[in-house]
Amino acid sequence: MKVELTEVLWLDEQQELSLPELAALSGLSEAELHELMDYGVLVPAEPGAAPPVFHADCIVIARTACRLRSDFELDAPGLALALTLLGRIHDLEAQLRELEAQLPHGARRKP
Amino acid sequence: MKYKDYYKILGVEKNAGEAEIKKAYRKLAHKYHPDVSKEANAEEKFKEVAEAYETLKDKEKRAAYDQLGSYQPGQDFRPPPGWQQQYGDANFSFEDIDLSDLFAGLRGGRVHARGGQGKIPIPGEDYEVAVHITLEEAYRGTEVGLDLSMPEFGANGLMRRVPHVVKARIPRGATDGQRLRLAGKGGKGFNGGRNGDLYLNIVLHPHPLFRVSGHDLYLDLPLAPWEAVLGTGVDVPTPGGPVRLKVPPGTQAGQKLRLGKRGLPKPHAGEGDLYAVVQIVIPGMVSERERALYRQLAEGSTFNPRGHFEQEIRNESRTH
Repeated sequence: MKVELTEVLWLDEQQELSLPELAALSGLSEAELHELMDYGVLVPAEPGAAPPVFHADCIVIARTACRLRSDFELDAPGLALALTLLGRIHDLEAQLRELEAQLPHGARRKP
Repeated sequence: MKYKDYYKILGVEKNAGEAEIKKAYRKLAHKYHPDVSKEANAEEKFKEVAEAYETLKDKEKRAAYDQLGSYQPGQDFRPPPGWQQQYGDANFSFEDIDLSDLFAGLRGGRVHARGGQGKIPIPGEDYEVAVHITLEEAYRGTEVGLDLSMPEFGANGLMRRVPHVVKARIPRGATDGQRLRLAGKGGKGFNGGRNGDLYLNIVLHPHPLFRVSGHDLYLDLPLAPWEAVLGTGVDVPTPGGPVRLKVPPGTQAGQKLRLGKRGLPKPHAGEGDLYAVVQIVIPGMVSERERALYRQLAEGSTFNPRGHFEQEIRNESRTH
């Protein structure tokens, strides 16, 4: 069976999505996405612009929000808090990786 | 059909109440949820836990599950006589069906073929998989083949697992943690529902020489003491091939020498940098002549690497 090669789409700042597109791709409703915007965990490409447009990397946050909401039965404030803390952990881990990359081979912590 | 012991997975007794089941699920979800957990095989474990909870939290599904009987986990089994008559509304074989798919279709006391529900479009599921690639593959781009098993509605409208092969081009510039989307390559939609998407999470294998930070690379550069003092030129490996690096005289250990645009390519344009981190190393064994030369250097040099210690020691002895 011949399998066709599929081109990937980058989830980064070069691609943009409308609110309905983000809702369809994430599984969250537009109202839920608005709530996440109100809490500041989902930031449109141009804050304040109407209708809002999002960078494609927002899909990762919105899909995580959808999973956490259904798997932990979280309400909007709980979801916003969880996403904020996860974002902070993600940033700290990135900083840690950057600092560890600068250490000589033998001096890094064991994973 | 393979048996799964949902009670054992959640760590509760068969007579556990709803509240106990919910508590057990929440505890395990906190431990294994792939968005928050660092446990090995967290995703796989969480899928098991979520599947067990999905069935046991629902009175009707739990009753149907209990009536299947008890078997060893992983044991092939068939539901007892009468089970299909009581719960099924379709002629299906239990051979190619997963327990989770069976209970996903159970509503209103019957296992429903979802295709028979007024032809409502049902979108396919999205999937997320980790794709492990080498640093060299990230540098030049690569193709990966993914063997996936996805639930799909069969002609009779019942869900079943179908092998799914996806071949994807990972473009240059995808580094550790990058997410990529393959539109329409997730689970198949039914009754005209759109196909789900497949999300790839790129994971880079550790490299014996290079350490990765975003699109920048770090490399240890061992230098002999005299090379650090006098300066030298060294050939340094980079993902694009070796380059000549000029080490200036007086280079210190820990100093980072930057090789601009010799790191990993960035997604749409440009490249990261490569940093050679200087290490000053000494030989494990020295010859008599080398030892004599070091002695000569020690006698002739006025360099004191611990001058700041002496000042501190003088200050301390004045105060005591």
